[in-house]
Amino acid sequence: MAAASASKRTPLYSVHRLLGARMVDFGGWEMPVQYSGIIDEHHAVRRAVGLFDVSHMGEIEIRGPEAFQLTDFVSTNAVARLKIGQAQYSGLLHEHGGFVDDVLVHKVAEDHYFLCVNASNQEKDFEHIAGVNRWAATVEFASERYAQLAVQGPRALATLQKLTPVDLAAIRYYHFQDGEVAETPGRIARTGYTGEDGFEIYIPPEEAPRIWSEALGAGQEFGIKPCGLGARNTLRLEAKMALYGHEIHASITPWEADLAWIVKMEKGEFLGRPALAELAQRGVRRKLMGFEMRGRGIARDGYEVFLDGSPAGWVTSGGPSPTLNKNIGLCYLPVETAGIGRKIEILIRGQMVEAVTVATPFYRRAK
Amino acid sequence: MSAYPESYWYTKEHEWVHVEGEIGTVGITFHAQDQLGDIVYVELPKAGVRLEQGKTLGSVESVKAVSDIYAPVSGEVIEVNETLAETPETLNQDPHGAGWLVRVRLSAAEELGQLLTAADYQSYLVEEP
Repeated sequence: MAAASASKRTPLYSVHRLLGARMVDFGGWEMPVQYSGIIDEHHAVRRAVGLFDVSHMGEIEIRGPEAFQLTDFVSTNAVARLKIGQAQYSGLLHEHGGFVDDVLVHKVAEDHYFLCVNASNQEKDFEHIAGVNRWAATVEFASERYAQLAVQGPRALATLQKLTPVDLAAIRYYHFQDGEVAETPGRIARTGYTGEDGFEIYIPPEEAPRIWSEALGAGQEFGIKPCGLGARNTLRLEAKMALYGHEIHASITPWEADLAWIVKMEKGEFLGRPALAELAQRGVRRKLMGFEMRGRGIARDGYEVFLDGSPAGWVTSGGPSPTLNKNIGLCYLPVETAGIGRKIEILIRGQMVEAVTVATPFYRRAK
Repeated sequence: MSAYPESYWYTKEHEWVHVEGEIGTVGITFHAQDQLGDIVYVELPKAGVRLEQGKTLGSVESVKAVSDIYAPVSGEVIEVNETLAETPETLNQDPHGAGWLVRVRLSAAEELGQLLTAADYQSYLVEEP
């Protein structure tokens, strides 16, 4: 077991230690991977409610009279479609069409956009956005001003509602509202990375330990559990949500990653668009597919995938699905072979093990 | 904290062996399963396979990772804990008992001298970075 050598800690670090969390290095951050156990925490989120410290995530604020122009230029989704108080999943791309990061764009005001970005990419994202800024807009690296907690699961609303006067039921999915959380000004977004209903709240770092413990208290009657990055990963995999460095990275375009839905070619010029247009015309070579193991074994990211005995692709994420009680995963396959129900083989520690491609997401919550 | 039985021998790779006569029962330690978290899959050799001390015996997988298990002693596998295929969580619940992995007919009992006592192993756990 590698000892955590990470240098960065969230404001909740000592709280995690007190709760007996196992800490790991995650992109330079010393983060809790589990408290009571990944499977236990996973089920808590699917069946009741879980609380995650996601303060390692980065925040970037774009402000100014031309904040829209800059935000729209650096992201693939149509920022013009956002209303104030609405959030949007989007991509930041390199000029060649590969991912810089995947992000959430929140429209705070006509002249103010708030981006939540991946922890390990935050400095890179900031440089990337600031580097192409030719508009009357400022780009602020704002991560130090925010802690972030995720309250996720069917009882997330009931839990968080005890801490805020804001009518949470009135916040629709992928919308947000600024308001008090535990008597502290915060931003409450109905977003998440688990495939369940829930909220992500942005709060002042110095208040995070108190709000964390109040949230645990509020959720106690529902069986709330503190949840680590381990459960966050199994939950997001079941919901087939991309993880930077796995499904998406600099050599992967949205076309391949099954993320064409966050690319709005018709919106006009944006960073990466010419490359995407060319790729669309030439034809995409590979496609992200879900699979289930048929043979015994668990496919992990990086394992090679074979079709009819020949190397054909690689696993991007894989592991047990606690909800489905199956071993599942995502992989890249040549686009012409990437149908559902196709038999594939995965090289697991020297042995070929059978799997079959399946429809995704693996898990979809009942609405 | 789980007690580490005094009568077992331990490795720095967190396996244990309990020797009775010429038969050794092999498992992973409480610390090993605790570090791994929820164990969901165990890969073990078949009876008849000859193990060599320090070489891979099989693997255990938790939700988040896979780890090799190394043979604490050399010898022939005479019995495999088949129940782990269906209930790998036994390894988390009772790592020093019902979660045993294989029974081995020792071929070099002198190898035990290279293993750690319960006291040594627990000191090692404290010192381990």
